[in-house]
Amino acid sequence: MTEMKEVVLPGEFIAERKGRKVGRGAYFEGEKVFAAVLGIPRVDENEISVISLSGVYAPSIGDKIVGIIQAVEISGWTVDVNSPYLAFLPLSEGVGEFVDTQRTDISRFYDVNDVISCKISKVTKNKTVQVSMRSIGSRKLYGGITIKVTPTKIPRIIGKGGSMISLIKEKTGCEITAGQNGIVWIRGERKDKAIEAIMTIERESHTIGLTEKIEKMLSEVV
Amino acid sequence: MSETDEKMIVDGKRLDGRLPNQLRPIKMEVKIINRANGSALVNFGGTYAIASVHGPRALFPRWMQESDTGILRCRYNMAPFSVEDRKSPGPDRRSVEISKVARLAMEPAIFLEDFPKATIDVFIEVLQADGSTRVTGINAASLALADAGVPMKDLVTACSVGKINGTLIVDLNGKEDNNSEADMAVAMLPTKKKITLLQMDGVVSKEELMTLVNLAEKSCEKIYELQKQALKEKYKRI
Repeated sequence: MTEMKEVVLPGEFIAERKGRKVGRGAYFEGEKVFAAVLGIPRVDENEISVISLSGVYAPSIGDKIVGIIQAVEISGWTVDVNSPYLAFLPLSEGVGEFVDTQRTDISRFYDVNDVISCKISKVTKNKTVQVSMRSIGSRKLYGGITIKVTPTKIPRIIGKGGSMISLIKEKTGCEITAGQNGIVWIRGERKDKAIEAIMTIERESHTIGLTEKIEKMLSEVV
Repeated sequence: MSETDEKMIVDGKRLDGRLPNQLRPIKMEVKIINRANGSALVNFGGTYAIASVHGPRALFPRWMQESDTGILRCRYNMAPFSVEDRKSPGPDRRSVEISKVARLAMEPAIFLEDFPKATIDVFIEVLQADGSTRVTGINAASLALADAGVPMKDLVTACSVGKINGTLIVDLNGKEDNNSEADMAVAMLPTKKKITLLQMDGVVSKEELMTLVNLAEKSCEKIYELQKQALKEKYKRI
């Protein structure tokens, strides 16, 4: 992480625009760029943006998420992606093989309440969201449980280069998939310990030396 | 409005010992309700208001959805125990009106177009009323919106001003509110210096009106500093 900056509030002046792109969490009036959300400002030579510290998940293309099938439609599924908008998983994006919808009931592939790891493939202007299973890592997640955390805390749970999540996986022997939308899927004997660790990270995500703390916490129980 | 013979201003000081342009002691705290996306408690002297924000979330029934923008829904409610004589619970003419003006005061600040088809729900609960409840509620709601991570142009800061015994005063308490010659609620975007709510009751001259607006603007600046402090306090270690 680069240098820590002061938290900015909505409406606070960040920097002069100087021809730069104004990204997420910021807006401009004339040549001045202001924060739109409460967060940490990020100013570099190409872009000015604010990393939000709270808020709901806003789908964007390419996000790897964990979704829960909400309904089975005629040629696809509606998926709950923990955002204000439901996503749609078309049959062709969900199953690799040819399926005759006249003869088969597509709930044999994914049924209501099934958990899937998928990728956001399309978001239109008025927020119609489409997800796809045609990417590396996308799969159906069998068994296990899901928990919801604040989506902005997911990078902290994953850690630098996946350090934090692999620590939890290693110490508890659980399989964990953390979606960028804030849904975390956990399967394993000692999932209670994994949940405890994830909740601790969510609660104390702002503190330094968290990896050591989690390591100690998980070592104690063995 | 009931006029009494009691002097509301004695030796340049108000009944509670304040100067005409002095605010009551103000306390603000964010993140007080875990189940909401954002929440805040704001306390102006004897007035306490809690605001919670849920969303942006999916909006149902579907006919209420707007395909190009989100909507803001606001509910102002006074607890039955908030006033001296028990208030019968539930919405009444007064709270329906205040819900609407609070919504209109906050709408210009929010980037609702970022959330088409969705809604942002704001609930303002007045726990204890001692004058200026709508501005306290709006201050709390704007803190709760910022806490919920809702994109906004600016915070919304509100303040009440009025005229009593011929003196212009700020931040009226319950007794002053009942005995004032005029009272005015002002909400504004503090860094943009734009007014989003201006309601007035009573009689003042044109010059006095302009002075009142200026007074409100100055008080809003003070309140804005406290709002900033309350939010930064909660998030400073991140």
